[in-house]
Amino acid sequence: MAKAQKVKLSPEEKAEISRKRKAQLFRDRWVYLLLLPGFLYFIIFKIVPMWGILIAFKDYYPTSHFFGSGFTKNWIGLDNFINFLTDSSFWQLLRNTLIISGMNILFFFPLPIILALLLNEMKVQWYKKAAQTLVYVPHFVSMVVIASITFMLVKTPSSATQSGGALYEIVKKLTGKEMQALGGGWAIYWVLLIQNVWKETGWGTIIFLAALAGVDVEQYEAAIVDGANRFQQLIYITLPAITGTIVTMFILRMGSVLDTGFEQIILMQNTLNRQNSETFDTYVYQYGRVEGNYGYTTAISLFKSIISIICIQTANRLAKKAGQAGLF
Amino acid sequence: MISIKRRSIGDIIGDVIIYAIVTLLAVLMVIPFLYVIAASFAKESEIQTRPIFFIPDNPTLDAYKEVFNPRGMGPTVLRSLLISLGVTAVGTLINLFCTTTMAYGLSRPKLIGKKPLLNMVLLTMVFGGGMIPLFLVVKGLGMYDTYAALILPGAISAYNMLIVRNFFIELPKELEEAASIDGCTEIGIFAKIALPLSMPILATFGLFYAVGHWNNYFGALMYLNDSKKYPFQLVLRNLVMQTQDNSTSMDELPPEDTLKMAVIVIGTVPILCVYPFLQKHFAAGVMVGAVKG
Repeated sequence: MAKAQKVKLSPEEKAEISRKRKAQLFRDRWVYLLLLPGFLYFIIFKIVPMWGILIAFKDYYPTSHFFGSGFTKNWIGLDNFINFLTDSSFWQLLRNTLIISGMNILFFFPLPIILALLLNEMKVQWYKKAAQTLVYVPHFVSMVVIASITFMLVKTPSSATQSGGALYEIVKKLTGKEMQALGGGWAIYWVLLIQNVWKETGWGTIIFLAALAGVDVEQYEAAIVDGANRFQQLIYITLPAITGTIVTMFILRMGSVLDTGFEQIILMQNTLNRQNSETFDTYVYQYGRVEGNYGYTTAISLFKSIISIICIQTANRLAKKAGQAGLF
Repeated sequence: MISIKRRSIGDIIGDVIIYAIVTLLAVLMVIPFLYVIAASFAKESEIQTRPIFFIPDNPTLDAYKEVFNPRGMGPTVLRSLLISLGVTAVGTLINLFCTTTMAYGLSRPKLIGKKPLLNMVLLTMVFGGGMIPLFLVVKGLGMYDTYAALILPGAISAYNMLIVRNFFIELPKELEEAASIDGCTEIGIFAKIALPLSMPILATFGLFYAVGHWNNYFGALMYLNDSKKYPFQLVLRNLVMQTQDNSTSMDELPPEDTLKMAVIVIGTVPILCVYPFLQKHFAAGVMVGAVKG
């Protein structure tokens, strides 16, 4: 279409094109009707909020007006950003977010890959299916249920005669320590990590199992003829076959390095661990949605989005430099 | 055929280790659920004295009777269950309607304006307005504290929509051509040909959307104020959190642990009921296409 417009056209040809376009639009009128609900959804709930980001540059509170007379008032430029970046809580939030994300990348990210490789080695099909059925279950259970079960398991005893949660008692028997899983310190990070491992390890295997299913069986047969043992097959056939998938997942993970599961953290947060568990999302919720500092917290969200885009771009570029396909 | 594979001792040991690890992991992942189910049928004294068990000594339905006790928390629990069921049913229908109509529209070849529309969808997948601007839009539309706020802001998952679109693109062209020669409009082709042909994929995404609605906590937290409108997940959360630090009134004791366990089980059971259907579909390869994009 763009090419056609560059060529000089006579008025008759232009009229012909516009007539054709009109005919095409009319022919597809029912298709546009079908598109309407989805179109409205994306405009109202995705595009309009993007426009609402402008309040990040305003002194904006629940009583402020965005449209009409209020629109021209209270523009404060980058003040919200400067205030946030120079606030001591910024470093606290960044630290907590990076610790939670870093622990997830370090300890959680490899687990679905390893589990997928193990499942892939299982030749007894019904047993493999049964194992998969069990490990996928936690993914479908709500975060509220996961958090509630966690509370029941790590509960400290409410009086001397009563016992604590099951995990609390087991840890006490094994180590003699009275575990304060939801108290201060690093404990909350381990709780969040273990919850994530519990909920998503099984589900995470699906994409890797799909990649593994695409490996040509003949390669293994040839390798066996050549005398390759199981470990060598893993190193020279299986791993290269899923490297692309691993890299893709890693790029996506890097892009969401500042996303730390809002529901999970807000559910596990309490006054004892808040200092360590407060992240960008929970801070925006508490300080913005609850306490009404709309403009300021929107600036925080925008800052986070921009960093995320930079992260995913960087990861993508690095992957390409390393000779991988990359995402885009 | 003679198998050229000879199993060495190393292979067998390897197999034993692999099966052992996977079995251990699989059991670990469901043990917490089994414990909670067992505890929900136990007497309070048993929970308080035995750290862990999977079969209660004296199984009882007391906790469940108390949860649905008409003079206790029964009305609250029942109401929130009905709300969750209603939001899930209506929400899933709206999800499916909006997702399929848009996916079908975008699957038509040579549609003027298709490119910019697709680009808009892709843009929303990498960048968003954030929590507060969306909240202001929902509030501005008068949806604050209504069930619409739990349903409409998530009416379409762009990701799901694009997968359904791919599915529509791959439908055989001949059927559509035959139908349009017979005088069917595009809406007719969509409703009478495209939709019936894609029932399995619709069932899959319907189930995924439904699970999302049932499990949703964030929406209610953001957009609901009136506690009478709370869906089940929020009621569950509030019940479990009622402990010593929540001393609103002296005569109202915090709920017993068996009770909390029972409420957790009630929140999980619907998921376990649809789980076999879910698994059938994502195992059937739909999700494989999904994750490959």
